[in-house]
Amino acid sequence: MSLRENPPREHAPEEDEYHTWTGKARGALLRRLPADKLLPEDQPSYVASWIYVFGMGAIVSLVFILASGVILGLNGPAWYHLSDLGHFVNSVHLWSVELFFMTMVVHLWGKYWMAAWRGGRTLTWITGMGAFLVSIVTAFTGYLLQTNFDSQWIAFEGKDALNSAGIGAWFNVANLGQIFMFHIILLPLAVGAVVALHVLLVRMHGVVPPLEAAESDAQLQTGVRPDSEEAGR
Amino acid sequence: MHDLVSIFASLDSPGIYLGWGAFQIQLGNLIVILVMILLFVLALFLPFPSGRKRK
Amino acid sequence: MNNPRLRATRADKDGLARRPWRGTVREYDLFKELTVALVVMGILTLGLSAIFGSPDEASVTLKSWANAAPADFVATATAELAGSSETAGYGPPYNNTPDATQTLGPLDLQSLSGVQLPIDTANDLVIDPLSTLNAPPPELADWVKASDAQRTGWSTAYSDALAKATDNDPANVAADAGAYGPVPVLTDSLLTMAKQGALDGVLAAKGDFYNFDYTLGTLFLGDGAYFGDLATAQHLTGDQWGMMNETGNTPGQSWLWLFSFWYQVEPFASAPNADLLVVLLMLLLSVALTLAPFIPGLRDIPRWIPVHRLIWRDYYRRR
Repeated sequence: MSLRENPPREHAPEEDEYHTWTGKARGALLRRLPADKLLPEDQPSYVASWIYVFGMGAIVSLVFILASGVILGLNGPAWYHLSDLGHFVNSVHLWSVELFFMTMVVHLWGKYWMAAWRGGRTLTWITGMGAFLVSIVTAFTGYLLQTNFDSQWIAFEGKDALNSAGIGAWFNVANLGQIFMFHIILLPLAVGAVVALHVLLVRMHGVVPPLEAAESDAQLQTGVRPDSEEAGR
Repeated sequence: MHDLVSIFASLDSPGIYLGWGAFQIQLGNLIVILVMILLFVLALFLPFPSGRKRK
Repeated sequence: MNNPRLRATRADKDGLARRPWRGTVREYDLFKELTVALVVMGILTLGLSAIFGSPDEASVTLKSWANAAPADFVATATAELAGSSETAGYGPPYNNTPDATQTLGPLDLQSLSGVQLPIDTANDLVIDPLSTLNAPPPELADWVKASDAQRTGWSTAYSDALAKATDNDPANVAADAGAYGPVPVLTDSLLTMAKQGALDGVLAAKGDFYNFDYTLGTLFLGDGAYFGDLATAQHLTGDQWGMMNETGNTPGQSWLWLFSFWYQVEPFASAPNADLLVVLLMLLLSVALTLAPFIPGLRDIPRWIPVHRLIWRDYYRRR
């Protein structure tokens, strides 16, 4: 229930310009996420804090995780035990995961204290939490794939929680084949999909304005409004 | 600093554990958690360089 | 007409977050931030990897166990024959041991899954591996012919005798002709098989060429004391916050701190269904944080404790 109509975007395509399902889908997508929202050149003036850099830090860490994971995958699970280069790539995989979780958690803390789910951004918050939770499961399967003493013990100890929940047969921590599939295919796809959706939602809705921000704030007064006849309320 | 590095770098060295009763934490994990808290606090307090303003 | 105006202001305030921002903006370069982040995080990742590396503590094999702790190995093999090992009494998904599952009131998820990975400890861990030998011990036939009661009698008697023997060493077991049946020979043959490294391959591949599944070997190792003692020395067990620990000093899964925490405190620490309780509690907490925008109280904390005044201090200063 807003006081004022949202001004129409420039070049907003009319619904009846499209005749096919494809065209209508394209229209809907472009309306929700026009190019200047997807790849913006500016941000609202309130986006001025170091807390905003941690989301990007997490995404970039994920890039390093995937890159080192691809190299490990191409060489097979035993490679890192035998080769110095392999061991180094394994270290990169480990440390990019540590940095991924560190940046992601600081990002999560920041977004919580901003109550960043306001203004129709609930799904953004939910997908962010989804990315966090799926990443935890993915990391767990990675620890099981180390094929060393640590992974042996985690498999033995970890089975009890999964069995108590009734999923120990389908997520059998001692079945390397199963865990390998989870870790290198199913879960990375899930993490990638959830993170991609999360980022698109962030771009769609924009960065949440400050708590207690009001139309009377100076930053909103100096802005040039497209519907200038309404300006100066 | 060299000692610290060698403690971490040696795979054979037993872990260092800090504990208070039921609470017990491995040094590596503690450092990770402290660094996260430090990053969060720094992000809140450090001034952010002001970018070019535009209307 | 004060009241409607007040309501309108409040609605407008919420609406502000809903509408595209129309106030002042600052220049922002998404690709530049991405590039800077790639460089900074790249240096950090490669630097940490070069300095601290990653741990790779060699795995334990049935061979190394049999050689390092033969008495423990024989005691465990005997328990597998007697059906008194942890695995034999585990319940689903391995077997149907009554009253073994973790339940919460009527909730019994473990039984619901059924016996999906059936394991008969005597046959799968001792008898079948022995029968793959080129020259299996003749006593194997005695075991196969015997009744269940007879088998349990022999293996339980030998189990008790091992527990009483000096150093639990099979060589020091009190002689009691006939009471143990073929069990001493069978477990000693299995020990020899394990010491030579043959048992690792047999348990893993189960007579096939390919193998992906290490369930049998992992459970057999876990039934003994040797494996757990090694884990305890590395601070990896559940009551040592082990779930979040890595070997040595390398940071582990610190994000599992809350999961690990519950196992340290009552009522969870001594609950027979601790795993189920902790899993359900963590599921509940995860769902709660995910649905925080809908939960009164949880979603209001950021308003009550105004950390946002720091984050947006520049904005508030120039209102």
